Amino acid sequence: MSNSLSYNDQGGPDTGVEIGLDTQTSPAAGAFGLFSTDFKKNDDLKEMLESNKESVKLDAMKRIVELIAKGKNVPELFPSVVKNVASKNIELKKLVYVYLVRYAEEQQDLALLSISTFQRALKDSNQLIRASALRVLSSIRVPIIVPIMMLAIQEAATDLSPYVRKTAAHAIQKLYSMDPEKKEQLIDVIEKLLKDKSTLVAGSVVMAFEEVCPDRIDLIHKNFRKLCGLLVDVEEWGQVVIMNMLTRYARTQFTSPWKEGALFDGNNAQAFYDSDEERKESAGEAVYIMDPDHRLLLRSTKPLLQSRNTAVVMSVAQLYWHLAPKHEVSLVTKSLVRLLRSHREVQYIVLQNIATMSIQRKGLFEPYMKSFYVRSTDSTHIKTLKLEILTNMANEANISTILREFQTYVKSQDKVFAAATVQAIGRCATNITEVADTCLNGLVLLLSNRDEAVVAESVVVIKKLLQTQPTQHTDIIKHMAKLFDNITVPMARASILWLIGEYCETVPKIAPDVLRKMAKSFTSEEDIVKLQIVNLAAKLYLTNAKQTKLLTQYILNLGKYDQNYDIRDRTRFIRQLIVPNEKSGPLAKYARRILLAPKPAPVLESAFKDRDRFQLGTLSHTLNSKATGYLELSDWPEVAPDQSVRNVEVIEQITESMMPSVEKGRAAKADKFYSDSEEEEEDGGSKDSGSDDSKSSGSSEASSSESESEEEESSSSQSGSGSASSEEESEQSSDSDSRKKKKKTLERKKKPKKESSGSDSDEEKDHGKGDASSEDSSSSSSEEYSSDSESDSGVAPEKPSKPKPKPKAKSKAKVVQETKKEITLLDLDIFAPTPTMPTSNSSIISPSLLSDLDGLSLSSTPSAIQICPVDFIPVSHELLHRMSGKGLGAKYHYPRQPCIHGDGMVAVELSITNSSERTLEDVHFGEKSGQNIHGFDSIESLEVGASVTASMGIDFKDSTQAASFQLCTKDDQFSVSITPAVGELLLPVTMTEQDFVKEQGKLLGMNESSATINTTPESTSTDSIVRKVVTVANLGMVPSDKDTLLRFAAKLVSSGVLVLVSVELKEETAQLRINTEKTVIGSMLLRELKAALA
Amino acid sequence: MIHSLFLVNGAGDIFLEKHWKSVVGRSVCDYFFEAQSKAGEDPENVPPVISTPHHYLINVYRHKIFFLAVIQTEVPPLFVIEFLHRVAETFQDYFGECSEATIKDNVVIVYELLEEMLDNGFPLATESNILKELIKPPTILRSMVNTITGSSNVGDTLPTGQLSTIPWRRAGVKYTNNEAYFDAIEEIDAIIDKSGSTVCAEIQGVIDACVKLTGMPDLTLSFMNPRLLDDVSFHPCVRFKRWESEKVLSFIPPDGNFRLMSYHVSAQNLVAIPIYVKQNISFFESGSSGRLDITLGPKQTMGKQVEGLTVTMNMPRVLLSVNLTATQGTHKFDPVTKILVWDVGKLNPQKLPNLKGSLSVQSGAPKPEENPTLNIQFKIQQLAISGLKVSRLDMYGEKYKPFKGVKYLTKAGRFQVRT
Repeated sequence: MSNSLSYNDQGGPDTGVEIGLDTQTSPAAGAFGLFSTDFKKNDDLKEMLESNKESVKLDAMKRIVELIAKGKNVPELFPSVVKNVASKNIELKKLVYVYLVRYAEEQQDLALLSISTFQRALKDSNQLIRASALRVLSSIRVPIIVPIMMLAIQEAATDLSPYVRKTAAHAIQKLYSMDPEKKEQLIDVIEKLLKDKSTLVAGSVVMAFEEVCPDRIDLIHKNFRKLCGLLVDVEEWGQVVIMNMLTRYARTQFTSPWKEGALFDGNNAQAFYDSDEERKESAGEAVYIMDPDHRLLLRSTKPLLQSRNTAVVMSVAQLYWHLAPKHEVSLVTKSLVRLLRSHREVQYIVLQNIATMSIQRKGLFEPYMKSFYVRSTDSTHIKTLKLEILTNMANEANISTILREFQTYVKSQDKVFAAATVQAIGRCATNITEVADTCLNGLVLLLSNRDEAVVAESVVVIKKLLQTQPTQHTDIIKHMAKLFDNITVPMARASILWLIGEYCETVPKIAPDVLRKMAKSFTSEEDIVKLQIVNLAAKLYLTNAKQTKLLTQYILNLGKYDQNYDIRDRTRFIRQLIVPNEKSGPLAKYARRILLAPKPAPVLESAFKDRDRFQLGTLSHTLNSKATGYLELSDWPEVAPDQSVRNVEVIEQITESMMPSVEKGRAAKADKFYSDSEEEEEDGGSKDSGSDDSKSSGSSEASSSESESEEEESSSSQSGSGSASSEEESEQSSDSDSRKKKKKTLERKKKPKKESSGSDSDEEKDHGKGDASSEDSSSSSSEEYSSDSESDSGVAPEKPSKPKPKPKAKSKAKVVQETKKEITLLDLDIFAPTPTMPTSNSSIISPSLLSDLDGLSLSSTPSAIQICPVDFIPVSHELLHRMSGKGLGAKYHYPRQPCIHGDGMVAVELSITNSSERTLEDVHFGEKSGQNIHGFDSIESLEVGASVTASMGIDFKDSTQAASFQLCTKDDQFSVSITPAVGELLLPVTMTEQDFVKEQGKLLGMNESSATINTTPESTSTDSIVRKVVTVANLGMVPSDKDTLLRFAAKLVSSGVLVLVSVELKEETAQLRINTEKTVIGSMLLRELKAALA
Repeated sequence: MIHSLFLVNGAGDIFLEKHWKSVVGRSVCDYFFEAQSKAGEDPENVPPVISTPHHYLINVYRHKIFFLAVIQTEVPPLFVIEFLHRVAETFQDYFGECSEATIKDNVVIVYELLEEMLDNGFPLATESNILKELIKPPTILRSMVNTITGSSNVGDTLPTGQLSTIPWRRAGVKYTNNEAYFDAIEEIDAIIDKSGSTVCAEIQGVIDACVKLTGMPDLTLSFMNPRLLDDVSFHPCVRFKRWESEKVLSFIPPDGNFRLMSYHVSAQNLVAIPIYVKQNISFFESGSSGRLDITLGPKQTMGKQVEGLTVTMNMPRVLLSVNLTATQGTHKFDPVTKILVWDVGKLNPQKLPNLKGSLSVQSGAPKPEENPTLNIQFKIQQLAISGLKVSRLDMYGEKYKPFKGVKYLTKAGRFQVRT
C-alpha cells in the first residue's frame, strides 16, 4: 500500500496521468495502514496535501479535521495545510480555516504566511467570503497582526453587507481579548456599529459592548429607543444580550417604580404629550410618573415572552423583575411556568429563578401551585427545587393542600428528597404558626419511620421547632428519648442529646438516665455526638449535680483522652468552667449563665434567601457566587439623570405630536436610505421613538441639522457613490452642504414645481414650515394650497440675506409650537385634524426622488414597490357628538400612515374632547364586534375642556363596511362606528414608471375600470387634478414623463393588492383608469374620483 | 461566551471536542466526571451547571450524549443550555438521529456546522434553513455525486435568509406537490391520587407543521376556539400582533418541518382524563411477599379508541421477582433496574385489561414504605382532548392551490397515578 505512494514519488513528472489516478485511489487505503501504527506521524497526510488533486487534498483535510475533533494533536502538518489556504474549493478552504484557527497560536510565524490571502479575501465581492476571511483573521490570535486586524475591523464596520458588519462586531471582542490596549479604538468602532440600524448587527455589537466597555453607558443613550424598537426583530440570541444590557442600563437611568403611592401612567397619553417642564415638576412631587422610555422598554420586551427560546423568555422575566412596577411582574409568571415543560436543564435553571422570586413575592406563583407538584420521575435536584418553591409560597390558605402533598413526598423512595421534605415541613411550621402543632405531630410520627435519613432529618427539624416554641413539649422530648436507642444517624443523636440537655429541667427523670447510657457508649460514638454528650453532661452537672456528678466526671475523663482535639479542647474547657477547683477563674461563676442561657430560636430559612443579590437568570445567580465578568445591577438612582440624552436627532420633533404624518413619513423615507430590506420594522422603531419623544426645542435644532445630512446623503447617493456611511461625511462637510443647498433651492425656484428634480425633503420641509406659519395666522385646513405660494415667498427672500435659511424657519416653527400648545389646552379638536402638511406639490416630487433612491439602496431584494406616504390634509369626521355623548365628544381622521398596531390595519386618529362639566374618568375603548380593531390605550382621566388624541388601528378587510365599537367612560358606554371612505383603505406605494406600466399590463380586462370625464379648462391643470385625486384617496404619485398622463399607485391596506390609477388629460376630457384585482374597490374608487374630478 | 464544546458518551469518553477560542484542555472535564459519579447512576441527576476554579461547565443530556460547554465568564445559563439543545436538534435534523455513531460518522460536517453556528462563542446561525444552504445535509446520492464531480457540500454564497427579516425561510423554494400539513398534538400531564381523583391535570399542546410550498406563501391558520389557549409560544415566523388582535396565526412558514406553536390549556378548565386505573398494590407485613392488581378502563375518551397503552412502574429496590398474569398484552420485569413494564396495547371497553399476581420481596427486608407510582402512556388518534379545532387555513401571496391537512393526536404526557 505504501509502496504505491513511494512509487508515485519516484515517478516524477513523466508519468503524469497515471500518477494522478493513483494518488486518487491509493491514499485512503494507504493511509489507514500508516495511520493505525502512527508510524511516520501523518506523513501520508502531508503527501496528500501536497497532491495536485483537489479531491485528495479535501480527503486529507477531512481526516485532519477528524483528528482534531478527536482531540489528537497534529501541529506538524501546519506548513502543508497553510499552503492550501488560497484554494478555490470552498469546502477545502473552510477546513483549512478550521485548522488554522486551531493551530495558528502555536505556529505564529507560519501563520503569517496566510495573512495576505485573508487580506485579499477581505476585498472580495462575495460578502460571505469577506465575512469568513475576517472571522478567521480575527480568530488566529497572532499578536503581530493586531494592527492589520484593527484596520480590517474598521473597514468591515462600514461594509455594505450587514453580515460583514456583524462579523466585525464579533471580531471586536476577539481583538480586545488579545490586546486590551486597543480598547479606545475599539470603542470608536463599537460606537459606530451601535448606530447601525440592521437587526442583524444589533445583538452582536451589544455583545461586544458588554465585553469591551460595559461601563460606557453613555454610548447607549442615543441608541436606546432604536434598540427597543428593533428588539422584536433581532435574532433570538441577540435579544437575550440586548435585554440584559438594557436591564442594567435602565437601572442607572430611571427612577424606581417601586415607591409607595406610585402612579402608573401606563399608556396614558398624557405622559407622551407632557412637556418637559411639567414632567420635572411632577418628578419633584411624591407622585411617580414613569419615564416614557422606561415604559417603552417594558412594552417592547413584552411580546418576547411568547418566544420559543427559553433564554429569551427568561431574559424578559428578569427584566420585568428588575424594572417593572411590582404589579406588572405577574405578567411573566405564566410564561415562566410554561418553560417548566421544557428540558430538564431548562427546568433546573427556571425553577431556581422562580425560587428566588417566590421568596420575595409569595403570592406571585400561587395560581400555578399545581405546576410545582413533584412527579416521581423528576430528577432529584428538580424535586428539591420544586419543594423549595412550594414551601416559599405556603400561606395560611394553601398550607393544608401543600402539607397533604408533602405527605406523599415524605414516603418517596428517593430518600434525599424525603429528607428535604421533612425540612420543608419544618419551615412551613415556623412560618405559619397555625399549623405548627400539626406539623410537629406529623414529624413526631415520622420518627418511627423506617428510613434513617428521614428520622434523622425529623429529629433535627423537631429540635429546631421545639426551640422556637416554649418548653411545653415534654411529651415529644420524652418520646424522642425513648427512640434514641434506635436512631443511629449521628446528627440525629446529637440533636436529641442537645434537646435533652437544653430542656433537662423539664425532663428531670429521663435526662440523667440518658447520660448514663451515653457514658457507656461514649467511645463508640461519632465526634459530633461526643461533643453533645459532653455538653449534656455539663448542663446536667449544673442543674442536677447530685445525680450526675460522677457520671460527668467519668465522661470528662473519657473526653480528655479522646483522639479528636476538638473534643479534648471542649472537655478541658468544660471542666475548667464547671468543676470548682482552686484554679478556676472568674468564669466559673457564670458557668450556669453561659451554658444555660436562653437561646434564640433558629430561623429556618430558604437556601435561596440571599440569591436576590444577583441579577436573575445569570450564571452568578445559579451558582450563588459571583462569576467572572458578572456586572452588578446598580440601585435605582434617587433622581433620574437627564432623559433628553436619549432623544434621537433623526426626527424633527417640534411638530411631532400635532402633525405626525409628515414626520413619520419622513422618518420612513430616511430609513430607506439605509434600507437593509428592513424598512418596515425600522419604521416602527423610529416611530416609536418619535412618538415618545418630548418635544424639546433643543432637539429640534439637532434634528434639522440631521435632515440636512440626510439630504446630503441623498444627493451623494444620487451621484452614484451609494455610500451608506455618508452620514458622517455630511457631518464633516456641513459647510459645503449648506452651500449646496442654497444652490439647490435657487435652482428649484427656477424650475417649475412639478418637475421631478432632485430637490427633496429640504423643499418639503420648507413647505412644512411655511404651512406652519401660515396656519399660525389662518389656522384653516382648506387654505394650505394657497399658502404654498405664500410660504415660498415667505422663505425665499430670506435666503440671500442669510447664509443658512434654517435658523429662521426653525424659530418660526418654535413660535408656532408654543402658540399651538396654548391653544391645545383650550380646544384641541379645531387644530388637531389640521396638521401642517407639505403641500401636494412636494408630494409630486418626492415619490420620484424616492424611487430614484430605491434603485441605489442597499436592499438585497430590490423591491420596486414600497410604501410612500403622500401628504394630504386629513378631514376630520364626527364620531360622537358631544350632545349624544353626554359631554364626551370624539372626532376622527385618517392620518394616512402605516398603522403601528399591525399590518393590514388602517390608522385612525381620534381626538376625544371633554365638553362636559366634570372630569371624565377612564375613557377607554370597548367591546368591538366583527372587525379586528386595535383600540387605543385607555385614558385615565380627561379634564374639563381638555382633549386628547388617541390612535387606533382598524382592519376594514378592504371593505367599506363600518367598524363599530364602543367608547366607554367610567359610567357610560357609547356605541360608535367608523365607515371608511374607499380612498382610505389604501396605502400609497412608490414605483417607477416602468413598474407601473408593467403592473398595469398585468391588470387588464376584468381588473380595469375606466371612465371619461368632461373637464373644464381651468380644472385641467395637473396641480389641481393631483390635489383632487389625493384628497379623495390615499394614493402615491408615480413619476411620469408626460405632463398629460398622471399616474398614482397604492395598495390595499389589508390584502396588499395593488391599485393603480391613471388620469390621461385630453382636450376637454380626461380619461380615468383604475386597475386592480379587487374590482369592487376599483369601481367604488372610480365613482368617487369621477365625482371629485368632474 | 461559549468557549469550547465536548461531547461525552455514556461511558465517559470524550468523542468530540471543538474550541472557538483558545484550546481548553480536556482535563477540565474531570470536574464533570466527578459530578457525574457523585450523582449516581441516573444521568439526569448530574447538575446542569458545574463550577470549577477557572471555568464553568454547563451540560445538557440528549440522546445519551452529554453536550458539555465550557465557559469562562458570566453568561445566562439558559442561553447556553438552549443553544446546546439547538445543536442537538440540528444534528438530528441533519443526520436523522443524534447519536454517538452518526456524529462520529459525520465528524467533518459536524465540525463545519459547529463552525457556522458559533463565532467566538456567540451564536451566528442557528436556523436550520440557513445552515442547510451553507452546508448541505449528507445524502447517499449527494456524496456519490460529489466524489464524481468533485463539488462540495459547502455553499459559497451567503444564504439569503441571513440578511432578510425572515431568516427561517430560504429563497427559491420549489415543489411539484405543494402541501401543508399540521399536526395538533396534545399531551395530558396529570397526577392522579390513590383514590382516583385528580390532583392536578393540564394540557400542553403543540402544533407541528410540515410545509412544502413553492415560493413565498403567506399562511393564515385560524381556530374555532382560540380562547382555549391560555399561554402560547410561537415560532419566530408567527406575527404576534395578529395573534394578539385577531387570534389567528399569520406567518410565512419556514421550509420543511418545524414547530409552529406550543400552547398550554389553562388548568382552570377541567381536563378530561381519558382513562381510569383501579389498582391495589400491597406488601404483606410478614412473609416477604406482596400482591398487585391493576385494572385499566376508559373514562372520558370522547368515543375514540385509546391505543398504545403502556404502564411503567419503578418497583421498590427490595422487590426480587414478580409472578403476574395479564389478561391482555405483555409484561416484563427487569430485576436489575426494578422496572415493570406492562404493554397493554388497545383498550377494549368490553373487556378491561387486568394485571394480577404476586410479588416476592427480599426476605428479611422491611416492607417498602411507598408503593410504586404508575406512569401511564397512551395515544388517542383524531382527538384533541382540549377541544381545539383548526377552522381554516388560507394562503396568500401565491397562486397555486396547496394540499392541506390537519391531524389531531392526544397523548399522555407526564401522566402519573400515585398508589
